[in-house]
Amino acid sequence: MAEIQSYTMNFGPQHPAAHGVLRLVLELDGEVIQKADPHIGLLHRATEKLAESKPFNQSIGYMDRLDYVSMMCNEHAYVMAIERLLGITPPLRAQYIRTMFDEITRILNHLMWLGAHGLDIGAMTVFLLAFKDRETLMDCYEAVSGTRMHATYYRPGGVHRDLPHEMPKYQASRWRTQKEADRLNEARAAGMLEFIEDFTRRFPKAVDEYETLLTDNRIWKQRTVNIGVVTPERALQLGFTGPMLRGSGIAWDLRKKQAYEVYDRMQFDIPVGVNGDCYDRYLVRIEELRQSNRIVAQCVEWLKQNPGPVMVADAKVRAPRREDMKGDMESLIHHFKFMTEGYCVPEGETYAAVEAPKGEFGIYIVSDGANKPYRLKCRAPGFPHLASLEEMVKGHMLADVVAVIGTQDIVFGEIDR
Amino acid sequence: MSVPADTAAAPATPAVDPLAALLLEVAGPAARLVPSLPGEYTLECDAAAWTAVATALRDHPQLRFDQLVDLCGVDYLEYGRSEWKTHSATGSGFSRGVARGVGAEPAARAPGTRFAVVAHLLSVAHNRRLRLRAFCADDADPMIDSLVGVWASANWFEREAFDLFGILFAGHPDLRRILTDYGFIGHPFRKDFPLIGHVEVRYDPAKQRVVYEPVSIEPRTLVPRVIRDDHRYAPGLAARGTK
Repeated sequence: MAEIQSYTMNFGPQHPAAHGVLRLVLELDGEVIQKADPHIGLLHRATEKLAESKPFNQSIGYMDRLDYVSMMCNEHAYVMAIERLLGITPPLRAQYIRTMFDEITRILNHLMWLGAHGLDIGAMTVFLLAFKDRETLMDCYEAVSGTRMHATYYRPGGVHRDLPHEMPKYQASRWRTQKEADRLNEARAAGMLEFIEDFTRRFPKAVDEYETLLTDNRIWKQRTVNIGVVTPERALQLGFTGPMLRGSGIAWDLRKKQAYEVYDRMQFDIPVGVNGDCYDRYLVRIEELRQSNRIVAQCVEWLKQNPGPVMVADAKVRAPRREDMKGDMESLIHHFKFMTEGYCVPEGETYAAVEAPKGEFGIYIVSDGANKPYRLKCRAPGFPHLASLEEMVKGHMLADVVAVIGTQDIVFGEIDR
Repeated sequence: MSVPADTAAAPATPAVDPLAALLLEVAGPAARLVPSLPGEYTLECDAAAWTAVATALRDHPQLRFDQLVDLCGVDYLEYGRSEWKTHSATGSGFSRGVARGVGAEPAARAPGTRFAVVAHLLSVAHNRRLRLRAFCADDADPMIDSLVGVWASANWFEREAFDLFGILFAGHPDLRRILTDYGFIGHPFRKDFPLIGHVEVRYDPAKQRVVYEPVSIEPRTLVPRVIRDDHRYAPGLAARGTK
């Protein structure tokens, strides 16, 4: 009988640790990975081609659906690119709101990552805790945009509307007593900013709690330390950005290096790893949770004291006010034209990038002067990360593939687009 | 809308911009700077010099573009073409005025200017970005050298550009389709590929498998593509175009 040297195994696309629809064709020698070939595209929706067929504003909602756990950051890059082409700057208050929601989004994303990563390699509890805290932030999304996830809140020139002055309240029901509802409503008594402030006050304790479960946990360390090591030189070659790059020890963060919105007014630190393994990337992201919380608190502080417009006054890029439309024919016509045809963007091209939770999320727009983008390219951070999966798992055991997929923070919405 | 004077397109001229001069010097005679938005640099180079220019940009100590952030294809087939062609009002809805598809207007495009490959470079050391573009000489079978040897991250980006635009990358180690279905035919992001596609799939209970059939839906234009000269008075914008 011939001796079997290696064999091929299919992993996914319906595997719970495949983070959606990743299909991996693995070549194994015993339990050691010889080759890993990711097959992607099972969630390909041709977002970029669709965007070419729609006026600029109608594609904002598609951006939410790219990386569907860091929704507003995707919108941010898209509206920033359009703003650059149009040559407009949003009002300061809108910039603060965007900064705050970018960081809320980062916390949302990292909590999701923490829960899923933990669950993948055997830590169940942290998943439940992380999702409990995400709920508060989802409520912020809902209060400001009406939806928990796909907000479509940012607009070229600002944000859709100002922060609400009150939060929706729980009501007593068959399943919830008045006493319980009152307890839940305590933080919702005042406006949205107070609600977020309450969150920022208790969130550091919650992060401590996650850390008690994982940071010094022997099993957690055995599963992550020295797994998927990437040297800084290699990380640059492979196009790594975000926590994947910082985990390898390169202090590169667009919020500091190419500051956009009001990040240059914020006090925060950039954590970097030393060894470039899964454990260091875990530590980096945990610290980012704390730093994001700091930024949110600073934004809340400023937003409380500085009311103002949240959208540019330029009528070319904003819809007229509802009240004006009731009595003013020109406003009604303008509203109709704005909502159907949209606005034309000057000819040119630009690349706008934001530090999304997963890394650099960039939007490259080529405009030929029309009301639709001529070419839109979404640079998804997860794409080059997943491309290097083979390099990261080669020589590791089969179980470590799951740890590496987890540490890359893979979301297929953005990779397949 | 008014464009503030300081954000108007200022073509980076070597005479006033030392970085522009340096870029041109390093990239050599095969490359030229094209006007871009302020703060952005775009180098356009001949396809033949693609890898040489990329390597020079990566290795020069004052530039050190050590990261390839993004690479994508662009199809310039319908660039600057408006779909909305009526000059008088129609009596039967706007769809009469929509000129759809290629050939609606004679292409005034010179050969060898249809497919471009655009790379976005980042220098972590110097905190700079650069856009590098090359046009493929052949419009029918666009081909260019692969950058995998210069930046490892080019691998999947080039597979994507091949899949979506049919641009061939010479020297790529594994040029397979990446985003489209197994056995897909055509290159969907080309401008002459319809948005609705060519085939649709459904489960056939008789054959007990998924079958491919020609699409049953009609192409529609909900909002025609229009180009308005709203920005005609904005300084320098006319010169900003890339082609």
